Amino acid sequence: MESTVTVEPVSVSIENLYKSFGEQKVLRGVSFDVKPGEIFALMGPSGSGKSVLMRHLVALEQADEGEVLIGGEPADDPGTQGNIRTAMVFQAGALFNSMTVYDNLALYPREHRLYSETVIWEKVTSVMRALSIEGAGRKIPAELSGGMKKRVSVARAIIMEPQLILYDEPTSELDPILAATTTELIATIARETGATSLVVTHDRNLALSIADRMALLMDGKLVFRGTPDDLRNNNDPQVLEFMNPTIDPLNPRFRKQENDV
Amino acid sequence: MKALLELFEWIGSGVQMALKTMSYIPSLPRQWKRLLEQCLFMGYATVPLVAILSFFIGAVLALQIGYSIMDFGAKQYIGTIIGLSMVRELSPVMTAIMVTGRVGSAVTAELASMKVYQEVDALRTMNIPPERFLVLPRLAAIVLVIPVLLIVSVVTGWIGGQVVCEYVDWIDLSSDLYYNSLKSFIKIDDLTDGLIKAELFGVGILLISSHLGLRTSGGPREIGAAVTRAVVVCIIFVLIFDYFITNILI
Repeated sequence: MESTVTVEPVSVSIENLYKSFGEQKVLRGVSFDVKPGEIFALMGPSGSGKSVLMRHLVALEQADEGEVLIGGEPADDPGTQGNIRTAMVFQAGALFNSMTVYDNLALYPREHRLYSETVIWEKVTSVMRALSIEGAGRKIPAELSGGMKKRVSVARAIIMEPQLILYDEPTSELDPILAATTTELIATIARETGATSLVVTHDRNLALSIADRMALLMDGKLVFRGTPDDLRNNNDPQVLEFMNPTIDPLNPRFRKQENDV
Repeated sequence: MKALLELFEWIGSGVQMALKTMSYIPSLPRQWKRLLEQCLFMGYATVPLVAILSFFIGAVLALQIGYSIMDFGAKQYIGTIIGLSMVRELSPVMTAIMVTGRVGSAVTAELASMKVYQEVDALRTMNIPPERFLVLPRLAAIVLVIPVLLIVSVVTGWIGGQVVCEYVDWIDLSSDLYYNSLKSFIKIDDLTDGLIKAELFGVGILLISSHLGLRTSGGPREIGAAVTRAVVVCIIFVLIFDYFITNILI
C-alpha cells in the first residue's frame, strides 16, 4: 500500500487488570505485554472479556484495579491520548452514519487540523484506492455492505497514522473469503506502517496465521500466552476445548436449550 | 435513597457536560458549517409549528378574554392583555415546548443512536470530545434560533388575536384599537424578559436532551426510552423553571 506512512510503534503493558460490572467479574487479574511493532492476538470465546479489556486501552473503561500502559504511560491519561495515536477498528464499524464515507475518513485530520484540505483529499483518496473502496466516497455507511464497512473502518484507522491499532473482532460477520482478505489486510498494514497491532478475536485462523504472539482469555483470566506454535502444541484442556470444539447433540447443554424452547 | 443518589449523580454529570461544552466555545468559529446546519435544521423544523400554534393561542386568548371582559365594557384592553400574555409568558413557554418536541427529541434520538452504535466511542478514540463536536454546535444553534422563534411566536400570536377581535361579531374590535392598546402598554423590558426566559429554556432543553442522549446505554430499544425521558424531563424543567424565573424577572 503506497499510501501508508511509517510510524514509531509503541508497547502495551497490562498489569493485573481487574474489572467488574456490578456483581459480574469480567476481568480477573489479567497481565500481558505487547512489544512495539508486533501483532498480538487476544483470543477467547464470546463473553470472555476481550472487548472490555480492549476498551481500557482507549480509556473507554476505567480499571477497578491494575494498570494499563501504552508506551509506558497510563492509557487513561489525557497526555497519553494526546501524544500517542491509537486507532480502533470497532466490531460493527462505528462509522458516522450522518456523514459520507469520504467525510468519515477525513474527520480525524480535519478535526486535528493536521493538513490542508488538498492534502487530506490526497491522503484519503490514496487510502481508499489502497483498500479498494475508491467508489464509495460519496456513499453513506448505510449504503455499504458488511465487508465494505469493515474496510472503511480500517481505512479510517489508517488515516490516523496510528502507532497502535486495535482491532475488535475484525472478521466477525464476514464470509470466509472476506475474512481472509481482512486478515491479510491487517498483516499488510502492520508490516508496512510498523504500527503495533492488538487483535481481539475468536477467529482461530486469523490469530494463528498473522499473530507474532497470542493469549487466550477465558472467564476473565488468561489461560495461555505464547506464540502460535506454542498454542498448537498446548495440551491444557481449556485451550484444547477452545481450539477444537466438538459438537455433541447428546450434550446436556444442548438438551437444556431444547427444553427452554 | 438510591434514587436520590442517582438523581444527584445525573445532575452532577449533566453540569460537568455543560461546563465541558462551554470550555470549547473558543473552537466554535471552526465549526461554523455544523453550526449553520443545526440552525437550519432547528429553524426549518420549528418555525412553521411555532407560527401555527402561536396564531391559534392568540386567537383562543382573544375569544376567552373577549368573553370574560365583555360585560365590563373593557374590550379595548384585549390587545394589551394578549400582547403582554404572549410576550411575557405564552410565547416563551410554548416555544420551549415546541423546541422540546421537535428539537430536543431529535437531539436525544441522534445522540442516543450514536452512543448505542459506538459512534461516540469512535469519536473519543479519535481524541475528538463529543461535547465539542456534537453538543456545542447544537447549543450555539439553539441560542441563535430561539430569538427568531420567539419573535415569530409573539407576532403570530398577536395576529391571531387581532383576526379574532376584528372578525368575530360579538367582539368586533378594530385592528387600530387592538394594536393601539397593545403598543401603549408593552415596553421593551417585556420583550427582553420574554427573550431571557426563552433563551434559558432553550439552553436547558438542549443540555438535558444532549445529556440524556449521551448517557444512553444498551440496545436500540433504549433510544426510544431516552427520547421519551428527554421530552418528559424537558417539559417538567420548563414548567417548574418558568415559575422561578418569572418570580425573579417580575
